[in-house]
Amino acid sequence: MKTRGALAVGVAVIGLGLALAGLGVNPYVYFAGYVVLQYVVIATAWNVLGGYAGYVNFGTPAFFALGAYTSIFLIEALRAPLPVLILSGGLVAALLGLGIGYLTLRLKGVFFSIATFALSVVLQTLIINWEYVGGAKGYTLIRPPVPFFRSWGVLLFTLMVALAVVTVLVARTIERSWIGRGLAALRDDEDAAECMGVPTLRLKLFATTLSGFFLGVAGAPFPYYVTYVEPSSAFDLNYAVNALAMPMIGGTTTWLGPVIGAVLLGTAQQVATVTISSELNLLIVGVVLVLFVVLAPEGLTGLVRKLRRR
Amino acid sequence: MRDVAAGYGAVRVLHGVSIEVREGETVALLGTNGNGKSTLIKSIMGMLTPDAGEIYLESGGTRTDLTRRSTEEIVDLGIALVPEGRRLFPRLTVEENLLLGAYRPGARADIDRNLPFCFEAFPVLRERRRQLAGSMSGGEQQMLAVARALMSSPRILLVDEPSVGLAPILVTRVIAKIRELKERYQLTVLMAEQNFNQATKIADRGYIIVHGRIEFEGRTTAELRENELVKKYYLGV
Repeated sequence: MKTRGALAVGVAVIGLGLALAGLGVNPYVYFAGYVVLQYVVIATAWNVLGGYAGYVNFGTPAFFALGAYTSIFLIEALRAPLPVLILSGGLVAALLGLGIGYLTLRLKGVFFSIATFALSVVLQTLIINWEYVGGAKGYTLIRPPVPFFRSWGVLLFTLMVALAVVTVLVARTIERSWIGRGLAALRDDEDAAECMGVPTLRLKLFATTLSGFFLGVAGAPFPYYVTYVEPSSAFDLNYAVNALAMPMIGGTTTWLGPVIGAVLLGTAQQVATVTISSELNLLIVGVVLVLFVVLAPEGLTGLVRKLRRR
Repeated sequence: MRDVAAGYGAVRVLHGVSIEVREGETVALLGTNGNGKSTLIKSIMGMLTPDAGEIYLESGGTRTDLTRRSTEEIVDLGIALVPEGRRLFPRLTVEENLLLGAYRPGARADIDRNLPFCFEAFPVLRERRRQLAGSMSGGEQQMLAVARALMSSPRILLVDEPSVGLAPILVTRVIAKIRELKERYQLTVLMAEQNFNQATKIADRGYIIVHGRIEFEGRTTAELRENELVKKYYLGV
């Protein structure tokens, strides 16, 4: 599939999203669809660092919440419109990404993962103690009248379709470029990559920054979606686990893996939330993840590749 | 390189090492384990900054100091490394490994020329281009490591311990291949090796490094063979 073909598919998906938005089906479809698409963005963004470069980030909630709280700050301070919020949330999270990029100089493997997890805890503590954005008691957003669309649910759903398409296209472009090739090299053997003249530090900084950017983008519309944000919901452990589990289930080496993983697991969680209980979500992830690690360690895309090779 | 001292933290490995490799030569750097061969190679590649001394490249009357340069710049200057223990990318395919040898923007333009060259010089790599590098045999992996280094169109090839972990027959083959390629591309080769007999097969001359110091400089391989140190370390006389 060439770049132009991918762009066409991307535009088609956005068109489909708009069509679905116009359809006016049960509002819950948009509500649940938003979450699944949000996970497409999160899983894809996570995978740029965790899958392509092999640096496992446990701090997804930190980036996601930073996007959400940047929005809250800008709504409080400037009544900034949604596009500004998304861009700012992305940029602030990208800065944090750049910061953890420098961590990779000293921390590799599991130590890097632990540091990112700690980052999430530290940031949550800071937010809890920051009254301006709601502190521990949370922040309630009163949404203005919805522009263009029938309801906020439909608007946010359409927005997420577009964000997911953009994120996936960017990840796919990176994967097929020299940057992606260099990231694959440092994932496999960082010292060897260094020998070949691959600029490993610059590539890692690029990966952490870009991954951070899109994780922040995923979190930026969150206040509009839930209208009530508290630290424990923005820094939910679910984001850390899903961000890692979805690419692993789909397969981490290609852009398609996180998309498949997010759609499958995200949908399963939404169905379980309605039919049984949302408390079941983490359990589902856990069981599915164990199954995949044992039966298909390279995810669904890896499994298909293996079967084809035979 | 002149009077180079280098090491890791408080541990000094090289003590005032001076060696010279002239254009078109094959120079062997001989020494048993732990004498500083790899440290010397790493210093040249910019993966280790020497504490003292200078490393430079002279070509066409211009002199380039390598001491403070990054590995990326050094690869751009036409120096490529076949690292010790091969250091392939095991979960990437043979072809991907080769392409990564041409990562530097300057080398990417020559891929269309260099890739067929590599496949011609190493037909087995063409057969296995879609195979994962880690699934090949040791000898094939060493060939791939050499081919990967050539993908950057180097003028100078540094080869660190090509014989490690290979059966003697394969070592002979790898060494012969290096000689063949050297002649074909007019490469300058610096080879660190502990296998004296294999190294002197293709070297024009060599140095013996002991405990981080150059203890002997052999202007010919015959001189090396006659040297007392060689007798002591390698021939057990």
